[in-house]
Amino acid sequence: MLSGQLVGRLFSMAGRVCLSRSSTGAGTIGPVEAAIRMKLEQALNPEVLELRNESGGHAVPPGSETHFRVAVVSSRFEGLSPLQRHRLVHTALSEELAGPVHALAIQARTPAQWRENPQLDTSPPCLGGSKKTRGTP
Amino acid sequence: MSASLGRAAAALLRWGRGVGGGLWVPGVRAASSGGSGSAEHLDTLVKKDKVVVFLKGTPEQPQCGFSNAVVQILRLHGVRDYAAYNVLDDPQLRQGIKDYSNWPTIPQVYLNGEFVGGCDILLQMHQNGDLVEELKKLGIRSALLDEKTDQDSK
Repeated sequence: MLSGQLVGRLFSMAGRVCLSRSSTGAGTIGPVEAAIRMKLEQALNPEVLELRNESGGHAVPPGSETHFRVAVVSSRFEGLSPLQRHRLVHTALSEELAGPVHALAIQARTPAQWRENPQLDTSPPCLGGSKKTRGTP
Repeated sequence: MSASLGRAAAALLRWGRGVGGGLWVPGVRAASSGGSGSAEHLDTLVKKDKVVVFLKGTPEQPQCGFSNAVVQILRLHGVRDYAAYNVLDDPQLRQGIKDYSNWPTIPQVYLNGEFVGGCDILLQMHQNGDLVEELKKLGIRSALLDEKTDQDSK
């Protein structure tokens, strides 16, 4: 209902813009990304785990591991609200979120929900807020 | 029906700075925090208004794509009267709200004093129609319901 897919598509469009700007770190897996993967696998035993380092689209140095998007598909999410699902992910990654990881977009789905739309969305483009100093445009 | 609705969404939901330019003058209170990140203070803040958001930047000038997404979703639903707090203005508020909600990231959305989630969850609620229902409970009629009756005019 309510233009959901459309918005989803727009998210993808925006993401393409975002990704086209990000050339850093493509193909390489950093230590933070590896830790995120490992901890989510241990904590939630996911059927599908898709992880993308989106840091390249943001105002951080090349090769940074600060912005991530993750799709976690797990039967553990059955019967849980979105809030509860996200909290499970946060808990698994508490160290990373308290440290290097600045942004984490989460798609927490049950296997059935994932089959309906099995794709990792893309995030809206950065607006530069993590820069310490910025002029007002 | 959802086609015209979708088009409206498409027109509005372009992530990026300056969506709508200066055309949209919201009734958003330019709220400045009292500089306190205490749970007591935050408790008052989130309960003071029906819709409360904590952003990086302001509704007029979000400084993070996720905060912007929250602003645009509320805008799509015609929610104008909401309180927005800019955590970039106040490090205590920035940390305080994370502790208060036990949620590590900004933006954060509160409806009727209750923590709803961040950008991902609000977007999900927008997509599955829950947001319309939640707003209804607060006595706010989503503008998307009116869009429905509009015709396919571009």
